[in-house]
Amino acid sequence: MTEAVGSTSLVRLENVNKHFGALHVLKDIDLDIARGEVVVAIGPSGAGKSTLCRVINRLETIDSGTITFDGKSLAVEGRALAQLRSEVGMVFQSFNLFAHKTILENVTLGPIRVRKMARDQAEKRGMELLERVGIASQAEKYPAQLSGGQQQRVAIARALAMDPKMILFDEPTSALDPEMVQEVLDVMISLARDGMTMLVVTHEMGFARRAANRVVFMADGAVVEQNSPDEFFTNPGTDRARDFLSKILTH
Amino acid sequence: MGALVEEFPVILGAFWLTVRLTLASAVAALVLGTVLAAMRVSPIAVLRGVATAYVNTLRNTPLTLVIVFCGLGLGLVLDVSFSESLSTNYLWLSIIGLSAYTAAFVCEAIRSGINTVPVGQAEAARALGLTFVQNLRFVVLPQAFRAIIAPLGSLLIALTKNTTVAAAIGVAEASLTMKSLFERHQDSVVAIFFGFALAFLVLTLPTGLFFGWLSRRLKVVR
Repeated sequence: MTEAVGSTSLVRLENVNKHFGALHVLKDIDLDIARGEVVVAIGPSGAGKSTLCRVINRLETIDSGTITFDGKSLAVEGRALAQLRSEVGMVFQSFNLFAHKTILENVTLGPIRVRKMARDQAEKRGMELLERVGIASQAEKYPAQLSGGQQQRVAIARALAMDPKMILFDEPTSALDPEMVQEVLDVMISLARDGMTMLVVTHEMGFARRAANRVVFMADGAVVEQNSPDEFFTNPGTDRARDFLSKILTH
Repeated sequence: MGALVEEFPVILGAFWLTVRLTLASAVAALVLGTVLAAMRVSPIAVLRGVATAYVNTLRNTPLTLVIVFCGLGLGLVLDVSFSESLSTNYLWLSIIGLSAYTAAFVCEAIRSGINTVPVGQAEAARALGLTFVQNLRFVVLPQAFRAIIAPLGSLLIALTKNTTVAAAIGVAEASLTMKSLFERHQDSVVAIFFGFALAFLVLTLPTGLFFGWLSRRLKVVR
């Protein structure tokens, strides 16, 4: 799969550091994600994986270092920051669908208000995306009426509606009942096949094996090792990774 | 009873003024209170400071003082004038006082409503590229308002009763009219009093019931 990946970097983190009070959550992170690349971040909880995800669209600020997206340094605030965020989709662990809006309104809000798309055009596109994730028949319902797996697929459609250059997935299946995990992963795998650039924080090793170009293993706020999924899972290079894998893969 | 029947047109006119005072002040207070709440949650420290100072000042000043300030301070000293007619001018000045005062409470109600909206809702909106104002307008405030409909109803009831303070600067709303009727009909003071009290109930009871119903109907299901 690696040969399909473009060589130009879409996101580049250099020397990024972040603290939560006394806790050093990101330590000198250097990371490049190429266009079309699917990177899976794994590691024990508290390793800084989610924070890594969130600093890329600046839902969390960083203390030092630089992040560039599509050749431009990350804006600090205001319209330039909103513009950047509109190009980076985000899918949250807890879905975060707008509770007072219908499924279709959730998917069209961004295109109408941020992209200034005409309503009928946004709705047409929204329905296509809902079709793609298999929720079109629920378009007039409210989020609370859908199952977790359905809500997360809507959240993916909502991100896609902005035609993002990249999508960040912050533990997208961790809040789901086990029988709903696969329907969400299927959508993600098809996105990966279509060439979407993705950073996925997950505990789903099956997804990492099937869809990832690269696995980034994090522990205690640092990137400990990164490799192709095959190489990483069969032949981890560090004791920390071996120890982690032995705990999750044995049963 | 006879006095009530005899003075019915006067009483009706007075309560009509009370209703207009209430509605005009309610609309203005809602607008100003929303702006203040937006300022209090804004990322700009100066705006937060100004709104906080405003709320703390108005919320802790007796309404009578605010109204008298509007009537004497704005009206007489600063010569703020809205109309040639003195009574219309004092009516507007009392609306300014009532709405400025009530806005502080509306702001705090909205802020508590904002606190009921899970932080993930605003984060998702930010992640889509909505600006701060769009985020408030399309995502946070619609959910915040649905959470505080019942408390806003209580504020409206309080405002209805607070309009009587406008009597302090001579606005002939219900309570001032009641006082003048007492003087004209000294033999039926008790009847007049109960008549006015009942009329206030007629205004405020349905308000409470309506807002309670609306609050259940528009509740956001999570």
